[in-house]
Amino acid sequence: MCPEAPCTGASGHETNFVAFSINMSQFLIRRLILLLPVLFGITFVTFALARILPGDPCFAILGEKATAVQCAAYREREGLNDPIPIQFVRYLGDIAKGNFGESLKDSRPVLQIILERLPMTLEVTIGAMLFSTTFGVLLGVISAIRRNTPVDVGTMIGANVGVSMPVFWLGLVLAYVFAISLKGTPFWIPPSGRLSSGITIPPLAETYNLQDLSGLFGVMVTFASNSVIFNSIITGNFQVLRDALWHLILPCVAVGTIPLSIIARMTRSSLLEVFGLDYIRTARAKGLREREVIFKHAMRNALLPIVTVVGLSVGGLMSGAVLTETVFSLPGVGTQLVSAILSRDYAVVQAFTIIIALIFVFVNLIVDLSYVFLDPRIRMQ
Amino acid sequence: MTAPAIPIQMESLTTVIARTPFENTMRRLFRHRSAQVGMSILGFLMILAIFAPALAPYDPIKPLRDVKRRAAPCIHLLGCPADQPQHFFGIDGNQRDLLSRIIYGSRLSLQIGVATVTFAIVIGVMLGAVAGYVGGWTDNITMRIMDVLLAFPSLLLSIAIVAVLGPGLINALLAIAFVSIPVYARIVRASVLQVKEQDFVSASRALGSSPLGILISHVLPNALTPIIVQATLGIASAILDAAALSFLGLGAAPPTPEWGLMLGEERNSVFNAPHLVLLPGIAIMLTVLAFNLLGDGLRDALDPRLRKA
Repeated sequence: MCPEAPCTGASGHETNFVAFSINMSQFLIRRLILLLPVLFGITFVTFALARILPGDPCFAILGEKATAVQCAAYREREGLNDPIPIQFVRYLGDIAKGNFGESLKDSRPVLQIILERLPMTLEVTIGAMLFSTTFGVLLGVISAIRRNTPVDVGTMIGANVGVSMPVFWLGLVLAYVFAISLKGTPFWIPPSGRLSSGITIPPLAETYNLQDLSGLFGVMVTFASNSVIFNSIITGNFQVLRDALWHLILPCVAVGTIPLSIIARMTRSSLLEVFGLDYIRTARAKGLREREVIFKHAMRNALLPIVTVVGLSVGGLMSGAVLTETVFSLPGVGTQLVSAILSRDYAVVQAFTIIIALIFVFVNLIVDLSYVFLDPRIRMQ
Repeated sequence: MTAPAIPIQMESLTTVIARTPFENTMRRLFRHRSAQVGMSILGFLMILAIFAPALAPYDPIKPLRDVKRRAAPCIHLLGCPADQPQHFFGIDGNQRDLLSRIIYGSRLSLQIGVATVTFAIVIGVMLGAVAGYVGGWTDNITMRIMDVLLAFPSLLLSIAIVAVLGPGLINALLAIAFVSIPVYARIVRASVLQVKEQDFVSASRALGSSPLGILISHVLPNALTPIIVQATLGIASAILDAAALSFLGLGAAPPTPEWGLMLGEERNSVFNAPHLVLLPGIAIMLTVLAFNLLGDGLRDALDPRLRKA
């Protein structure tokens, strides 16, 4: 097609794309292989946690009044008489099939509880992540541009204070300010609950008249139904969507404040480091507008540490969501986790721990993969 | 041919004072603005903690008589009737003086932070040192276990550990300390790897020093800077995590004057007695802020190369 000059036409792009796809697949496979020991470790830790319960697990699960016969039957049924490696392999198999055991307190499969509770926690986590990333990057950029001005000093003081605030306390303060102090004003925001009273949303299965809800499809439909935001977007129920988002504002701000502070600090320091490099001076010298210099040139190189911090903050966001749910009476993982611990419902604790750890690990995998797009040098390595 | 003599200003030479690295570090630390603020707050908190029995106007545990539950702060200067006893921070839901509980709480919070981090450092240093020094499979297995522990969000792993050990302050502290170990193990291992092949370590080994002696006299001093910085920041997060666990009812038990527990007990009173939620939260925030600022200052003072822009 272009025998002499270097290919710049469609075939050149295709070659580049194929090379990129191969590189990307290799990178993905390598990262997935590296992930295996971590996944194995996570499942082993959660497995070990349940096995090192103080005392006989039978009494812990069935209660102190369990008889020897009941205990023997329980041990046989649960396979607790088998060697530990066999128990662990069985546990891995169960998890792979989505069988997390049965809740002692609610007498129903833990998977059902996860499908009910996790969407709420994910909604808060994702909302808080969007809030913290948007405002954190924005404040960090402003701070870096206006270095050593009152705006910069104020933002950094705010960031230091923000990172020191207990998330549950901030939640309570926000609830007080927006629900009590601003009552009767347009800024009033509901302090608790997921939806206003009288507002409900039918499950997706009911809306779309889905009959066969077994297997993975059923799990996905139930999960999507329980995410009010997702459900309302899919069904076009914008009244519910508006109400759900309105209820999410305070929890998301409370959960997102600590990551926001960290992201703002990281954006500032990362940008300031890049501002000192020669290519930025060149960009300015050739007469580019400051906006282009910042967002097209500086930001691309400053993004890597920022994305890393965003990925690492997911753990904090999920922990924050768990804490904040108790403040805002949200029916998520947090409230269920606490009541499970207090009632010694280990199957639930175990399942939530493993699910949240897996989400955390996979988000960081996505962050690792995003490096390839952000920095072509990583692709070459 | 001879170059003109350059007059030497003797005064300027005499003003050069030889300082030890420690003195230089302390000078940098005391001139660091964040560290100054952090140390001031921390100094204030330590005075509160040490002299709590003298400074607290009432008993932090025993309920008071003739006071209204969740009464607002009563300060004579701000118009509270002179015949009523002063309660600067008001009364909590169990008829106890909130100021006294917050003052005693400073004791507990500082103890929590220092105890958990000390425990984590001791275990983390041992694991990291052995992993780095011995290398091979020991290193691989130890560090993979640390990686797995770091794969969990720290507070959630603490919650899971408390679920196993049972709610209570000691168990909560053990959980928080356990979760913090990997950070210190990594730091020490990195330092060991950096130092162990250097000539002065080989020389020390050739002179017959034991591995433990080499570790203590050569390796650990090299890891001290990042450990000190991490420990200061670690105290801040330990205090936050302990408060969070107590808030959820998984840490300190009533009537312990623990700030997180105080917040948790009164969370439902936020709309009618906001001071009961606001003030313990501010106490937690100030303490955490103090350690964070001091940690930033220490990082800049101990290793100016790490100084953030």
